[in-house]
Amino acid sequence: MTASEDPVLQPGDLVGADTATRGKFGVFGGRYVPEALIPALDEVAAVYEKARTDIAFIREFDHLLRTYAGRPTTLTEVPKFAAGAGGARIVLKREDLNHTGAHKISNVLGQALLTKRLGKTRVIAETGAGQHGVATATAAALMGLECVVYMGAVDCERQALNVARMKLLGATVVPVTNGSQTLKDAINEAFRDWVTNVDSTHYLFGTVAGPYPFPGIVRDFARIIGVEARRQILALTGRLPDAICAAVGGGSNAIGIFHAFLDDEGVGLYGYEAGGRGLASGEHALTLTAGTIGVLHGSRTYVLQDEEGQTIESHSISAGLDYPGVGPEHAWLKDSGRATYHGITDAEAMDAFALLARTEGIIPAIESSHALAGALKLGRELGPQATILVNLSGRGDKDMGTAMTYFNL
Amino acid sequence: MTESLEEFLIARRGTGRPLLVPYVTAGVTPGWTDVVHAYAEAGADAVELGFPFSDPMLDGVTIQEASDRAIAAGTTVRGILEEVATLDVDVPLIAMTYSNLVVQRSTAEFCAALTASGLRGLIVPDSPLEEVGELADAAAAEGVDLVLLAAPSSSRARLREITERSRGFVYAVTRMGTTGERGEIPEEATRLGRELKGLTDRPVLFGFGVSSPAQAAELAGHADGVVVASTLMRKLLDGARPRELGEYVASIRRALD
Repeated sequence: MTASEDPVLQPGDLVGADTATRGKFGVFGGRYVPEALIPALDEVAAVYEKARTDIAFIREFDHLLRTYAGRPTTLTEVPKFAAGAGGARIVLKREDLNHTGAHKISNVLGQALLTKRLGKTRVIAETGAGQHGVATATAAALMGLECVVYMGAVDCERQALNVARMKLLGATVVPVTNGSQTLKDAINEAFRDWVTNVDSTHYLFGTVAGPYPFPGIVRDFARIIGVEARRQILALTGRLPDAICAAVGGGSNAIGIFHAFLDDEGVGLYGYEAGGRGLASGEHALTLTAGTIGVLHGSRTYVLQDEEGQTIESHSISAGLDYPGVGPEHAWLKDSGRATYHGITDAEAMDAFALLARTEGIIPAIESSHALAGALKLGRELGPQATILVNLSGRGDKDMGTAMTYFNL
Repeated sequence: MTESLEEFLIARRGTGRPLLVPYVTAGVTPGWTDVVHAYAEAGADAVELGFPFSDPMLDGVTIQEASDRAIAAGTTVRGILEEVATLDVDVPLIAMTYSNLVVQRSTAEFCAALTASGLRGLIVPDSPLEEVGELADAAAAEGVDLVLLAAPSSSRARLREITERSRGFVYAVTRMGTTGERGEIPEEATRLGRELKGLTDRPVLFGFGVSSPAQAAELAGHADGVVVASTLMRKLLDGARPRELGEYVASIRRALD
């Protein structure tokens, strides 16, 4: 398969990092960061605002998306999988076919290009499961940037393979031993690095959370998912889908596919969070469905926290959804009613994981399996006339260790 | 004691001595209030009390460790405030915490609770000018001086706004980085101190990385005084008693004078 000659990205697809509201989505978002970081955030916002309408930037980004990431990603209809969904039609957006195995490559390529425009030579990133770390290390290798990835010490052990991949790509991986030693602590540590090295360094943020302008920039770079999918589903089915399903951790793949459909009133937007071992167990990552409003990592949003405001550790079988915060735009979509959010337990996700593998020959990421499980439930509610578009945000190669244990393979 | 934090500090500055504000994380040890007394007796002009937060983005390893320890010991905002209300010290107490604890109920309720317990100042390092409006109004309404931070990277225009809107004092961050002990004083600190002093008559205090009596004295020469935190908390975490911490603060006091 050769890369398509047609551009995947058009002028106007990068809609802008919500500069008019300075990153506020209703009461959510904002910039709860130390004063010392404000000039750097201003600089990132200004450089992005200029780049997103600069035809040279759009062409360069488009070229990388086509010839390096492998865009556009295809749609695949999965009738045998959908047999469990009350006869509804289920169509997958195949983000799993991207280079490095997930939708995350688009954001890192976009931000790596921004890094060059910022005149910076070093990128830092946080990572939980290691997927964003691997994607960042990949883009850094491609563009000759120094790369340091912060990763909780606990996660480093759980995801040793991804640590090795990052090292092979030339990145330095720093295990974080503070706090709970997971993703949220890796983000804290990355902010500390950034405030110390901000002259040389861009913080290549991995999801649609964090302070303005990150939620808008990361969303814009992931937005291509929905832009492509909207065109493709119209070509395939002749109409817009009834519903779109996506997994939500920080929320980048979900906002990426939702955003191009926001104005299509008939299209229901459904986000699926990690229900872990169930709400009652306390071991989950149900930030939107069970969290309360607070401030975490620079943004006002829904947070898993105790009555005192101390962050509670989340749990999910899927490391990519294992985060006690969520992007502020999702918080706003929830409160405005435009999108609805539900929990999917570890067990439901793993059932969908196995079902897609057996019925369609596609091994999904466990993150994406939450969206698949959601689509099965939703299909039974919506009935046989419904068409459901699912963002298959990543592939499951990285999850084989978990699958081996879970299914006793 | 009805004068504000700012009035108190300006009066103290008027005696000709640099201002000294040592820090302790509330709840870090069962006897943490003894540390407050020891600081006050050692010549502190005010005491900064850290209300521990699980994700202290601007703090280095020492304050994070102290915060984790305090949280693990069951420290709560209400518990701290109850203990503070029983303290008998003759210098103002200043709360330092992160936005998430402040917005839990409402900023008004949080500030009212501070006042009710006798606290006269508040520092929220992750609430920059962009986000500080509602909190600043609430603090003003409740008679709490909300201290704003200025950084070496702040533009001249921002420094002007910070000095105008800060109350109590202006907290000058000595370096681009987190709290924690450091070897030398960066040039950017002295430049920032000079610039702030040119913009305001409010007291200007340096904080971040003030690691020895000699450093404190040198920095104080470029502004009105210093906040000392990590070096004290390191000693406390390593087992120092309140009396020993008081002695160390007294040694800084002597160096400043």
